Amino acid sequence: MREIPTEKITDEVMRLCIEANTLLGQDVLQAFHTFRDKEESPLGQEILDQLIENARIAADEEVPICQDTGFAVIFIELGQEVRLIGEGLEAAVNEGVRRGYTEGYLRKSIVRDPLNRVNTGDNTPAILYTNIVPGDRIKITIAPKGGGSENMSRIKMLKPADGAEGVKDFVIETVQLAGSNPCPPIILGVGIGGTFDKCAQLAKKALLRELGTSHPDPFYADMEKELLEKVNALGIGPQGLGGRTTALGVLIETYPCHIASLPAAVNIQCHVARHKSVVI
Amino acid sequence: MAEMKTITPPLRHEDVADLKVGDAVHITGVIYTARDAAHKRLVELIDAGEKLPLDFEGQIIYYAGPTPAKPGKVIGSVGPTTSGRMDPYAPKLLEQGLKGMIGKGIRGSNVVEAMKKWKAVYFAATGGAAALIAKSVVSVEIVAYEDLGAEAIRKLEVKNFPAIVVQDTYGGNLYEEGVRQYRKTDAE
Repeated sequence: MREIPTEKITDEVMRLCIEANTLLGQDVLQAFHTFRDKEESPLGQEILDQLIENARIAADEEVPICQDTGFAVIFIELGQEVRLIGEGLEAAVNEGVRRGYTEGYLRKSIVRDPLNRVNTGDNTPAILYTNIVPGDRIKITIAPKGGGSENMSRIKMLKPADGAEGVKDFVIETVQLAGSNPCPPIILGVGIGGTFDKCAQLAKKALLRELGTSHPDPFYADMEKELLEKVNALGIGPQGLGGRTTALGVLIETYPCHIASLPAAVNIQCHVARHKSVVI
Repeated sequence: MAEMKTITPPLRHEDVADLKVGDAVHITGVIYTARDAAHKRLVELIDAGEKLPLDFEGQIIYYAGPTPAKPGKVIGSVGPTTSGRMDPYAPKLLEQGLKGMIGKGIRGSNVVEAMKKWKAVYFAATGGAAALIAKSVVSVEIVAYEDLGAEAIRKLEVKNFPAIVVQDTYGGNLYEEGVRQYRKTDAE
């Protein structure tokens, strides 16, 4: 067994919270430039220029790209040959979030109770997903998720008879309904299959994939491409003010499902698509 | 793009009447941040007939909750939040004399009607361009509800704050007009 102190996890979580919120990924920056060149709306071009400039300022000055520094959504792949030493994993992760959000001057956006709504003051707790995997390493991924785009996300239990067309219609309808609200250009994480809960998680996990990559299965790779074209024909455009750049990418994740079911979920991500990983 | 207009609150009826959909503006002067929790408190005070913590006559509210300022800076990152969540509250503030709102995303018909009735305008700032927008903030002071943290009401002194008129007093709506222009007819 390889022994790893959970303090190490706290330190890495803290560092990744700050890094994810200040340093936009190269894949997103590349997409800004690619779509800027194709954008037909002059206002849309100007907005994309602002986003490029904004990312530069955030990186140079080490300040948050967006004021909504999000819910700290954290994925941990824990090698089964690792023995954790120290306080519990969840407590260690939350301590990292607390320190990252406090010492990194990030916004505290979490309320303790959904109806009584008093801020926890340190952005904890995190949303933590853990997977036990073979090996003696720990992979930590942090994906801070803003509220505006999360609010526009949807899930639907389709009928198997609805098939691929039903899924595509649901995705397009979801983008249409979201309109200008989720800060377009957006990225779509699409979950297909599993159960009600699993499907939503697939949609979220899909957002961790790099923009510009395709699903390994050609059938789903084609569906991603087709959906991106259709979504960008809607005319919503940057900030919903009209244009060709409504989405920068569509990322699909699937899972086996019940003979009676066809769940589909769309997790909308704004253009501040943040995720950073480390392997310990 | 049309020529840039500079506006300075407090806004009068004629200032608002002069603003039309698509106008790019620079706001210079004082604006106030308020978002969900602050709006809830303000409207509770209005409903109870009590005095508000500030006079909204002619003022502009910016739907935003900034990140904390790093040492040496006046404010953290401060982009707009989704305005639609303030739709249940906005008409009552417009009735109090509020003349402008800055946010992102389309407004509901109740707000559109109140904007026509009370003569007010809705501006969009670029959602997610929070580090860039922060450059236009000159000074910050918390004026109410400090316990709400990021959601407290802050008085921001801004210089050349960039915004676009997206819904005006004439019923104009850049969200609808812009999308209509770029929607491909076979899109469904």
